[in-house]
Amino acid sequence: MKWDEFFVTGDPLIYGADVAIAVTVLAIVSVLTYFKRWGWLWREWLTTVDHKKIGIMYLISAILMLFRGGVDALIMRTQLAVPNAGFLNSQHYNEIFTTHGTIMIIFMAMPFLIGLMNVVVPLQIGARDVAYPYLNAVSFWTFFMGAMLFNISFVIGGSPSAGWTSYMPLASNELSPGPGQNYYLLGLQISGIGTLLTGINFIVTILKMRAPGMTLLRMPIFTWSTLVTSIIIVFAFPILTVALALMTFDRLFGSHFFTLSGEGLDMLWANLFWLWGHPEVYIVILPAFGIFSEIISTFSRKTLFGYKAMVYSMIIIAALSFLVWVHHFFTMGTGALVNSVFSITTMAIGIPTGVKIFNWLFTMYKGRIQFTTPMLWSLGFIVNFVIGGVTGVMLAMAAADYQYHNTYFLVAHFHYVLIAGTVFACFAGFHYWYPKMFGHKLNEKIGKWCFWLFMIGFNVCFMPMYFLGLAGMPRRIYTYDPESGWFSLNFVATIGAFLMGAAFILLVYNIYYSIRRQKPEVSGDPWDGRTLEWATDGAIPPHYNFAVIPKVTGLDAFWRLKKEKQRERIDDAILPIHMPSHSGKPFMMSVFFFISGFGLVFEWFWMGIVGAVGVLVIMILRSLECDKGYYVSVEEIKRDLSSIKQ
Amino acid sequence: MGNAHQQTHEGLPLEYRSETGKLNILGFWIFLGAEIALFSTLFATYMVLTGRTAGGPTPQELFEMKGVLTQTFLLLTSSFTCGLAIHQMRLGNLKGIYVWLGLTLALGAGFLGFEIYEFMQYVHEGATIGTSAFWSAFFVLAGTHGVHVAFGIGWIGLIMLQLAKRGLTPETSAKVFISSLYWHFLDVVWIFIFTSVYLSGMVMSHG
Repeated sequence: MKWDEFFVTGDPLIYGADVAIAVTVLAIVSVLTYFKRWGWLWREWLTTVDHKKIGIMYLISAILMLFRGGVDALIMRTQLAVPNAGFLNSQHYNEIFTTHGTIMIIFMAMPFLIGLMNVVVPLQIGARDVAYPYLNAVSFWTFFMGAMLFNISFVIGGSPSAGWTSYMPLASNELSPGPGQNYYLLGLQISGIGTLLTGINFIVTILKMRAPGMTLLRMPIFTWSTLVTSIIIVFAFPILTVALALMTFDRLFGSHFFTLSGEGLDMLWANLFWLWGHPEVYIVILPAFGIFSEIISTFSRKTLFGYKAMVYSMIIIAALSFLVWVHHFFTMGTGALVNSVFSITTMAIGIPTGVKIFNWLFTMYKGRIQFTTPMLWSLGFIVNFVIGGVTGVMLAMAAADYQYHNTYFLVAHFHYVLIAGTVFACFAGFHYWYPKMFGHKLNEKIGKWCFWLFMIGFNVCFMPMYFLGLAGMPRRIYTYDPESGWFSLNFVATIGAFLMGAAFILLVYNIYYSIRRQKPEVSGDPWDGRTLEWATDGAIPPHYNFAVIPKVTGLDAFWRLKKEKQRERIDDAILPIHMPSHSGKPFMMSVFFFISGFGLVFEWFWMGIVGAVGVLVIMILRSLECDKGYYVSVEEIKRDLSSIKQ
Repeated sequence: MGNAHQQTHEGLPLEYRSETGKLNILGFWIFLGAEIALFSTLFATYMVLTGRTAGGPTPQELFEMKGVLTQTFLLLTSSFTCGLAIHQMRLGNLKGIYVWLGLTLALGAGFLGFEIYEFMQYVHEGATIGTSAFWSAFFVLAGTHGVHVAFGIGWIGLIMLQLAKRGLTPETSAKVFISSLYWHFLDVVWIFIFTSVYLSGMVMSHG
């Protein structure tokens, strides 16, 4: 392989990206060296097992990936703004819609939500950390390295171009030669390990580590959504693991699972992919529901309406999520009976979801609503998500779907549910829990500007796509003729996309502004919250979270404590706290995963084996390790407490 | 976490006496749930691709009862000896654990030997992972199980090393117990492979 096959060449956009990457890496390295921060980076972040720090690293990565996926989106919208545009060629366009979809779902939406879960859930249930802090670090680093592996594809070797669904035979060696598709397979495989481990970790954490008195039906609703999501993860992700492995075998070792030769079945891939893929949709929407529930309840100053109905509807949605996958390919030709069954199961999901929408409305009914930034995102969600949901029911009708299938109608639908649902929730939760992570609120004024700009931009961008779809515009085309009549709506959509881009810049500016200008919070309870994450001493909780684990007497545990004025601490109740030790192994293990994955991408098997051996060696070292953690002394806890009170 | 090491858990089996041990055992059960999903997907793939031999060799031509029965016998017995090892652990008999776990690993290695020999026979007779969709599914399903067994042998070996170094503690006994869950699980998976791959592959004619 020559160097010009290794690096992607010939496109000024890519050369620009090369320079940007080089400059960024250089800048990071020199800043760390100049301020002598390498040791700090290693001790405080790369080796941490603290769920709050891991959560923050997830959020930073997710925002970076939102930038990357967003730039992809803007490039696509630029190309489609006018007919017969020559900004991108078809191959480049294919690569960009593939990376846009994959990055936004796998490396943006999921890590953003998992980041919030990490920060919030242990605090909400009154725990010191998750059940397996070391494993949690493994989860983060495998996700991170998988994401990096996928992301370098556009400058080294070339990006995948078969869509985020990677249907066969399009994704086969014959039709997608080169390393691009291998990046997809291995990047997702490596980060998928992390996701599965997160699922197991949170199930055990929530089942076993709740504060005394917190029965299952006294858990905060976001914790419930995390539990249900984790169960979906545990049963859905192994399906993806197998599907990716089988396609990897097809591409690297000549097997015939999905190939046209050797009696393989290409539609087997589509079935396996969506058997994971549809539950995946609920993996990114259920935590969003949990976030909105918390926020709407807090800022309506009321207990969540229909708490139990909320819990049961999530469980029903989770069960149904495994029974609807065929609706992604009604046109496969399985016949009227099969399509009807999946049509009905799909529409059935509308029922528990409708229950939730009404519960949010009734929570606000007669509440004293505060229009904070997180609340605005939540209100925007209800309106826009309903539009996405109703068009979803239209798509669920199998016969009608033959018209909508693979048109912009579908593109509009899933952006209305994924952006108005998941992305709005990420932003809402980010603003809501930001003071818990950094000790100050994000600026409300900039936050509201950001919300309105994004909300309007979102509708300007995606509402026209419904009509483009009805006018027959297929998805995944890189350009169109002027005679098609699609120009004006496409142009409007592009304007909307850039408005959302501007809103993103405003969000990042708000972080910068708030770090410098916002006044620090003195208490741990900036929003007058209801659940235990607001019960910590000091704005930012200490690494052991609670000096004394609170006792829970009902739903909205912290609200009750405040009402019953039971917050005086009894100093005698403080006991030494057992905490887990830091470890560099999760980071190093993930580096070996990266090396192994990179080798397999280029079919350099020696490198794949070297990486795999590295992973195994670290696992052996971990198994032989006898580390029982350490204790935080009573004196240290008291010292922390008195420093907060001053 | 919490004040795990100060609490006493008299009356519980040793592996449940530390907080970490308890959490790890529950977490591993959930992991086995994920493993069931993984093998289910492989079984589903195998069933869908059954009979799709693309004019190449068929399972009726290549499967042989004798080797497969020996494999089944070895693995099922190893599950029994693994159970005896746990029994010895409950009695606190370190020597007994070595004997039975050692025997378990030997039987597992025997199983693996026969499986590798069987695979080599098939390759010799012209059925490889690239021959047809059916043989791809066969090799990946049985191979994934085989890789699990190989991993288990290495893992349990490592745990025996720790037993020798640290003796029977709540930590080491939890590890022994968890690895025994893993070993029994592989046995269960094998029963499904034996029946739905080998037995039905020999009896039923497809395509």
